[in-house]
Amino acid sequence: MITELGHFALVLAFGVALVQMVVPMWGAWRGRAGLMAVAEPAAAAQFILIALSFGALMWAFVTSDFSLQLVVANSHSAKPMLYKISGTWGNHEGSMLLWVLIVALFGAMAAWFGGNLPPRLRARVLSVQAAIGVAFLAFILFTSNPFLRMGTPPFDGQDLNPLLQDPGLAFHPPFLYLGYVGLSMAFSFAVAALIEGRVDAAWGRWVRPWTLAAWVFLTIGIALGSWWAYYELGWGGFWFWDPVENASFMPWLLAAALLHSAIVVEKRESLKSWTILLAILAFGFSLIGTFIVRSGLLTSVHAFANDPERGVFILAILGVFTGGALVLYSLRASALEAKGVFGLLSRETALVVNNLLLAVACFVVFVGTMWPLVAEMFLDRKLSVGPPFFNAAFTPFMVALGLILPIGSAMPWKRAKIMRALYPLRYAFLLALALGGLAFAMQAGRGLLGPVGLFLGAWLVMGTVVDVMQRLGRGPGKLRRLRRLPRADWGKATAHGGLGVTMAGIAGLMAWAVDDIRVARIGEPFDVGSYTLTLRDVSEVRGPNYLSTMAEITLAQDGAVISTLRPEKRFYPVAQMPTTEAAIDYNLARDVYVVIGDAQDGGGWAVRTYIKPMTNWIWIGCALMALGGVLSLSDRRFRVAAGARKQPAGVPAE
Amino acid sequence: MKRLLLILTLLASPLWAVQPDEVLDDPALEARARELSQGLRCLVCRNESIDESNASLARDLRILLRERLVAGDSDAEAVDFIVDRYGEYVLLNPQATGANWLLWGAGPLMLLLAGGLGVIYLRGRARSKTPSEAPLSAEEEARLRDILDR
Repeated sequence: MITELGHFALVLAFGVALVQMVVPMWGAWRGRAGLMAVAEPAAAAQFILIALSFGALMWAFVTSDFSLQLVVANSHSAKPMLYKISGTWGNHEGSMLLWVLIVALFGAMAAWFGGNLPPRLRARVLSVQAAIGVAFLAFILFTSNPFLRMGTPPFDGQDLNPLLQDPGLAFHPPFLYLGYVGLSMAFSFAVAALIEGRVDAAWGRWVRPWTLAAWVFLTIGIALGSWWAYYELGWGGFWFWDPVENASFMPWLLAAALLHSAIVVEKRESLKSWTILLAILAFGFSLIGTFIVRSGLLTSVHAFANDPERGVFILAILGVFTGGALVLYSLRASALEAKGVFGLLSRETALVVNNLLLAVACFVVFVGTMWPLVAEMFLDRKLSVGPPFFNAAFTPFMVALGLILPIGSAMPWKRAKIMRALYPLRYAFLLALALGGLAFAMQAGRGLLGPVGLFLGAWLVMGTVVDVMQRLGRGPGKLRRLRRLPRADWGKATAHGGLGVTMAGIAGLMAWAVDDIRVARIGEPFDVGSYTLTLRDVSEVRGPNYLSTMAEITLAQDGAVISTLRPEKRFYPVAQMPTTEAAIDYNLARDVYVVIGDAQDGGGWAVRTYIKPMTNWIWIGCALMALGGVLSLSDRRFRVAAGARKQPAGVPAE
Repeated sequence: MKRLLLILTLLASPLWAVQPDEVLDDPALEARARELSQGLRCLVCRNESIDESNASLARDLRILLRERLVAGDSDAEAVDFIVDRYGEYVLLNPQATGANWLLWGAGPLMLLLAGGLGVIYLRGRARSKTPSEAPLSAEEEARLRDILDR
């Protein structure tokens, strides 16, 4: 019964979305306030209906309702409750429902909190947002309906893929989707502005919080996914340049670019048409990501559904939205006149360079991801494009970005003098250089990767500190000024510092990781790096829905035991699948990562040990970037924007 | 039942990424093998190198690669040996031959193109005069004087 209600709510939501798509747009065109006002209640109703539908599906998973095909294929009665809940979106149909729920959520948020938008713009934004909802609701209802019943329900389900039975699944996809779909807001704003033919500072101010929020969610989602892969897949990789990872990374890069170019629109009324283009492309890449995951076009560890029919449907959605928006863009972009004038050397220019590097880096990832397909279709060459390519072709852009970032952010708007921007940074630069040099001297004959990464990290972090100190000016009262610094400035400093921390972490991990593979006998200690490990015991343990071979390994340094690690090898009988559960001793300087393998013929067990320096910096840096975004979002400017507009138009002169 | 499951566990247990018995005695040779195998794709997996993969084919390739290195092949010879048998598809690092230069050149070319456009735009911005910089109208002059004199 609840399932039917959920199904019905979904169909109803589709109807509401259709109304929300057509009526306000018509009203905005005709200037009829009554028709435009349909948008808000419709957005709210659409969200509530989809939420009901999603709740119904979750209920079916929680109660293990095996009369639903989807529950049978992805759940099992013995599965722990957390994974029953997160299993709702651990499959193609459910994750699409989550996707469209978030589309509707953002639409409803724009309706609830968009009170300060001009009514016409708001109507158009909500209408475009509803169009996205219509497309994906149709996709769900016609090709991927989660509410299909079984003819004869089985006694139990086929269980969720064991790799997905992890707290990571509970958080990684929702955050990622909040990010992907959050970009739809920027898209809707861009299309509405194109229809309107007007982009001004106010538009930049409205679109920025949405983009910022999307970027924060995307950052958290990607970082969680990377961390999950790191501890779950059993060899400690954190990024594989897998097509699906790239699919989430490309919108992230473009959202970062959009974030910065929208600042130029807001503050200086320049770069308008580029910003609109970026907004369209950022969401376009989100759709491409969806297409890659769902079509099975590119082989990937993430692929959900390998169904050509679904692929074609999403390709059509991609074509209509991106293509349509780009056509609109080509017709209207010339109407967007830039106002601000600035010198060749200025904050504006620095932000243009930022956009250039991010956009081209995104392009490199895109070409690398699609190249195997292109080569197979047009060149008749079956080839792979893997991590070595991306590491070589992508990294230089990030190095360049890291190098110019502190200089660019020290430059003033309009006109800058290069020496005045560089001068305060001199100690930071020298110190960073010294740190890089020290690392190079100490590592004895390894590559440049580690030292360069450490240099960039230190340069970014210290450059940020110098930037904040510059804002405080000279003379007394610094502390007071520090307290008064706008949150946006704190956000900027935190996020830029976070980028540095992440860069240093990635370089440190990739350059200085040590690994060891051996047969360990119980009770016989062995050395890896400066650590001594001893396999104490191996035992069979029974989990709620798996069997585990659990080892007990003590980790010691200089004779003192630091911790006891319990790596596991699990077997999930229902899915007939083994997984490895690494045991990790975390700290800021390094992770000790231990994996247990098979029993060996001559006695003993295979054990892999990795010492991974600075790994946690990667995720701490990501957390800082996200925190920076949140700080910036909480800036007074965004909170009071609504009130500020209501002031009388003529401000008395002082 | 429990025993049966345990047997199943052992039967289905993964062939693990690099196994201890594969590791070569010569650490220098082993380091080379690890380095090379990170650039070779496991053909039956989804985007994993043979160094990371648990598949038995990956194990065979790892052993084959090590045999070649022990036999005295250079890095390039050993990789060529595998490419000859399994095709270009095994290379995770695509060769810069034929049309592949487009792949490798895409980034630098795009940077040049976009950089050129960017410079044109920036120069335009630096030179253009906007309405705000146009001289004040008589009306505005009067208002300005009014404000300043107040």
